[in-house]
Amino acid sequence: MISRSLSSERKRAAWLFLTPMLFILTAVAVWPLGRTIYLSLTNATLVDMTNYRLVGLSNYIAYDEGRWYGVLTDPQWIAALRNTLIFVVISVSLETVFGVLIALLLNTTFPGRGVMRAAMLVPWAIPTVVSAKMWSWMLNDQFGVVNDALMRIGVTAEPVAWLAEPSLAMASVIMVDVWKTTPFVALLALAALQMVPNDCYEAAEVDGVGSFKVFFHVTLPLIAPALAVAVIFRLLDAMRMFDLVYVMTGATDATMTLSVFAQRELVSFQDVGYGSAASTLVFFVIAMLTALYMMTMRLDLDGRSR
Amino acid sequence: MTRRFRTVGLGIAALICTAVLLFPLYYALLTSLKSGSELFRVSYWPGEIDLSSYARVWSEQNFARNILNSVVVAFWVVLLSMTLAITASFALGRVRFAGRKTLLYAILAISMFPQVAVLSGLFELIRFFGLYNNLASLVLSYMIFTLPFTVWILTTFMRDLPLELEEAAIMDGLSSYVIVRHIFLPLMAPAMAATGLLAFIAAWNEFLFALTFTLSNEQRTVPVAIALITGASEYELPWGSIMAASVIVTVPLIALVLVFQRRMVAGLTAGAVKG
Repeated sequence: MISRSLSSERKRAAWLFLTPMLFILTAVAVWPLGRTIYLSLTNATLVDMTNYRLVGLSNYIAYDEGRWYGVLTDPQWIAALRNTLIFVVISVSLETVFGVLIALLLNTTFPGRGVMRAAMLVPWAIPTVVSAKMWSWMLNDQFGVVNDALMRIGVTAEPVAWLAEPSLAMASVIMVDVWKTTPFVALLALAALQMVPNDCYEAAEVDGVGSFKVFFHVTLPLIAPALAVAVIFRLLDAMRMFDLVYVMTGATDATMTLSVFAQRELVSFQDVGYGSAASTLVFFVIAMLTALYMMTMRLDLDGRSR
Repeated sequence: MTRRFRTVGLGIAALICTAVLLFPLYYALLTSLKSGSELFRVSYWPGEIDLSSYARVWSEQNFARNILNSVVVAFWVVLLSMTLAITASFALGRVRFAGRKTLLYAILAISMFPQVAVLSGLFELIRFFGLYNNLASLVLSYMIFTLPFTVWILTTFMRDLPLELEEAAIMDGLSSYVIVRHIFLPLMAPAMAATGLLAFIAAWNEFLFALTFTLSNEQRTVPVAIALITGASEYELPWGSIMAASVIVTVPLIALVLVFQRRMVAGLTAGAVKG
């Protein structure tokens, strides 16, 4: 039995241990978030961030002399919202499907399994900016290896402008994101697969159930909780996507995401008020979608489905 | 017979996957070893080896400085977040106190913050402390993403250690500091190595804050330097130099990841799967 005085000593020590960490997190996360929200209600600029006045919600939406102003009515912001949602839905779906397929593959035995497991860590370890540059070069319309290969095997007759053509730019960005982050989903799915007890499969085998049926009725429900966690990590990451798009296509209407829009308003256009409003909206869009996802998946934050 | 077909089929699928995973890095290496007009002729196999792109990155871009910056920032980020996280994870994983669960969820919620949402608030803070265009601003701001996940992962590991470990020490009346320092620190070393490496990679790869809070090339980290390498005009990017720089910063990272492969995967999956 631990005596009462000892356990209160431990509690005091616990809070003492937590204080520095909580202080830093408050300083770099909670306080700046509060300030960003506050600054979004002002007309501050980057040139002089100390001199500003409150302008209410006019950075978000305002009506003046027959015209609408504010981020919410900005056609570029609306395009960025649409781009972000398209990017998130398509890339995360593809990553989940491919991730599970790769995990299933890695959960069997075949020659070269260890090599493939190691190779999976490569795209994940490459800095995003570097992978964006590598792929931009490979997708280069004149000298890119992708066009060369496709023309050699006769898929396309002439070079394709993967990044310049608006309809293809988003697809290219999604493809690179899928290449880079599928390994992460696969690793988590594999870890979950390895925890599925073998007798589940043995029972199914004895009963002569086909492998597709086994997957959808035995395996998938068992790995679903872990998969749901992997998907939420990916969703959060995809919704704040910045570097891949910034480096591959810049702030073009076809691919600009919410984060790219907010950063450009804030830094390039030096409009702190407007940029902060855009940043605040990123925060609320993500918070809302996360809450929605958690509610539909009934996900406990511990990673257990109820 | 069908079993054999299956194995071969799986082997081929794995081969294709592996090729797709590795090809971009291979092609970057191939490009970095070419120069001049050779750069613009697509090839699939290495030909003559020409190291001039590497020489150019080193001399023209002051790339060594960028690498040093990245190393300095990542080093301090790892040191600071590990120090704060090991003590915090002891408190969160081993001590029962009111509000523990709420605190854990709050930390998880912070890890979900989009970086751009704190950008202007952080900018203001960094300017206030006179840290703009200073590497310290990056060390400080990176805490927003390294602290939550290091605390979270170490807490899961800490919680799984047996209770008996501490009992004797508590009976002997040792303070919590001594318990952490002499009992948990050695036991947590493997978990800390994995988590530290994850924090290192996260800091090494970060782009948005590094782009926003630094101005001069002397203060830029590697990702920003690579993103901003430009040629004579927008349409004449020096692809040889860019690929050389990419290979330089990627190869050590991949070596590190492969050496620590098992531990890293354990660290990555710990937070998610164990719950």
